Amino acid sequence: MAVRTLLQAIHDALAEEMRSDERVMVLGEDVGRAGGVFRVTEGLQEEFGPYRVLDTPLAESLIVGSAIGLSVNGMRPVAEIQFADFIPPAFDQIVSEAARFHYRSKGAWSVPLTIRVPYGAVHGGALYHSQSNEAYFCQVPGLKVVAPTFPADAKGMLKSAIRDPNPVLFYEHKRTYRLLKQEVPEEEYTLPLGRAKVHRRGQDITVCSYGLMLQYVLEAAERLSGEHGVQTEVVEPLTLYPLDRETILESARKTGKFLVVVEANITGSVAAEIAATVAQEAFEWLDAPVMRLGTPDVPAAAFARPLMDRLIPDRARVEEAMLELARY
Amino acid sequence: MEGTQARHEALGLDEGDLLRMYRLMLLARRVDERSWILNRQGKAAFVISCQGQEAAQVGAAMHLRPGYDYVYPYYRDHGIVLTLGMTARDELLALLAREEDPNSGGRQMPGHFSSRELNIVTASAPIAVQFPQAVGSALAFKMRGEDGVVLACGGEASTSEGDWHEAMNFAGVHGLPVVFLIQNNHYAISVPEPLQVAGSIARRAEGYGFPGVEVDGNDVLAVYEAAGEAFARARKGEGPTLIEAKTYRLTAHSSDDDDRRYREREEVEQWRLKDPIPRFERYLMENGVLDEAARDRIDAEVREEVREASEYAENAPVADPDSVLEGVYAEGV
Repeated sequence: MAVRTLLQAIHDALAEEMRSDERVMVLGEDVGRAGGVFRVTEGLQEEFGPYRVLDTPLAESLIVGSAIGLSVNGMRPVAEIQFADFIPPAFDQIVSEAARFHYRSKGAWSVPLTIRVPYGAVHGGALYHSQSNEAYFCQVPGLKVVAPTFPADAKGMLKSAIRDPNPVLFYEHKRTYRLLKQEVPEEEYTLPLGRAKVHRRGQDITVCSYGLMLQYVLEAAERLSGEHGVQTEVVEPLTLYPLDRETILESARKTGKFLVVVEANITGSVAAEIAATVAQEAFEWLDAPVMRLGTPDVPAAAFARPLMDRLIPDRARVEEAMLELARY
Repeated sequence: MEGTQARHEALGLDEGDLLRMYRLMLLARRVDERSWILNRQGKAAFVISCQGQEAAQVGAAMHLRPGYDYVYPYYRDHGIVLTLGMTARDELLALLAREEDPNSGGRQMPGHFSSRELNIVTASAPIAVQFPQAVGSALAFKMRGEDGVVLACGGEASTSEGDWHEAMNFAGVHGLPVVFLIQNNHYAISVPEPLQVAGSIARRAEGYGFPGVEVDGNDVLAVYEAAGEAFARARKGEGPTLIEAKTYRLTAHSSDDDDRRYREREEVEQWRLKDPIPRFERYLMENGVLDEAARDRIDAEVREEVREASEYAENAPVADPDSVLEGVYAEGV
């Protein structure tokens, strides 16, 4: 085991898949010579050459569209969208094309494509390097949307995404790239898509979260345990679409108190679907209304630091929401 | 003509090739005509037509190696998929949305072609999305050092989309083995070319650093020649070519459109005089490849093929309704 950051774990997954399968390639803006604006793909072009690690023109629809064309002609592309904020030009290629190839051809064509999407607010990112827009894709049959938070999960799931015969959107919270570190197995492993994970067991409340918010939830859970005697069960969906409803519902039924915390704008977010699922399927077990916490319905995120801090949920607001639920 | 080489001989086409091209053009026309009849009878919900564009389609598609080269057709390309090996039966099964429809099993509208065996990549309705995909498939050929070519098709309006520009640029940057075939039929539903296209489509290729040619799209031999040069360039690793085939849509946009609202009948009649099928027929007769008896025999064979296909498709079952829920995701690795 070696300690790796989220960024390193993602890099390692790419490098290992490229070494073991010559069909695997990376394409996107600045992924080659520069090694990516976050350095996720650093060193890969030196090892695999200028085509398998391809610096594309600045054209997101082309990046995804050409990756679809590569994938149906024998390749296993991993396309990078430099910031989630820049994914809208590729929307058509993702939702109307990649997602539907298999269904509309009645199984004749499939699109083994991974799209890496750095998301989430960072200081200085401002309105167009900050968005959490994963929910756009979480109502599109044919897509898989995954957003693992911690390095070991990210590595195992990225390898599975690359090997998956379907288009997978792989959301990476860029604020956590270097913030989150953990021991990552050095031997070969993969982790299945479509399964949620229970990070911490507890009987008083359930909190479901992912990304930077999950880290805040886990920290708050420690404090609530020590200071208030509240035992929190923490569930990470890992795959946002299609959801592992059973793992989430099992926890909700166990504690009877359920909160979902996301960084995205709250209306129509992944939190909405999770909350609706719990409200419908765990109603008789609930001792409190299903609660949601997210960013208000305001464009994320203002450039000035105090403005961003006012907008995005922070540790204090996450803890407050958890305590409110526990006391209900 | 004595002492001079006929056009087709200069192109290396023998009588068998010519008759095959003629038959395919006629087959596309007769399938199309049959489709409108089935629509008027209330049996076919929707028709999207290729009439008038058969020369552009067959002339280009003759250069494809089925199942090896990749093809991204657009919705009028009945002539292309028939040349690749789809049949009248396949076309009418798709028209009537039957389970055996090889494109989608009745999930898609007619004209949304797909065949894994023929490397016809599944198509959708949004315009120009196929172009970025096509250059991606061409890049895969180049990366593996294979001599496969990608044929990417669209109408003149598809060149208004950003996806077309992004794909043209990428093809030029990497010198990709792709042939862009733009069938300029002068109308995007109702919007005429002057409101759609600035300057010349063919000449835009120069800006991307590769050749663009304008060709008479109603002259099957002219299209065959231009496409032959384009395919040869691509196979030799010399990069992409843009072909703008000037042609005309003889029918309304679709069975849901009434083109009398936006086209003068005189204009349509003028273009009917340039119909590519009688035109090729005249060429074949002038060159002693076809006589009236042979023409009538071929037409009778094609009509019988279409009649049989129509009967088969009409009697073929639709898919089990429950199957609509299946196949959203591919299984396995």
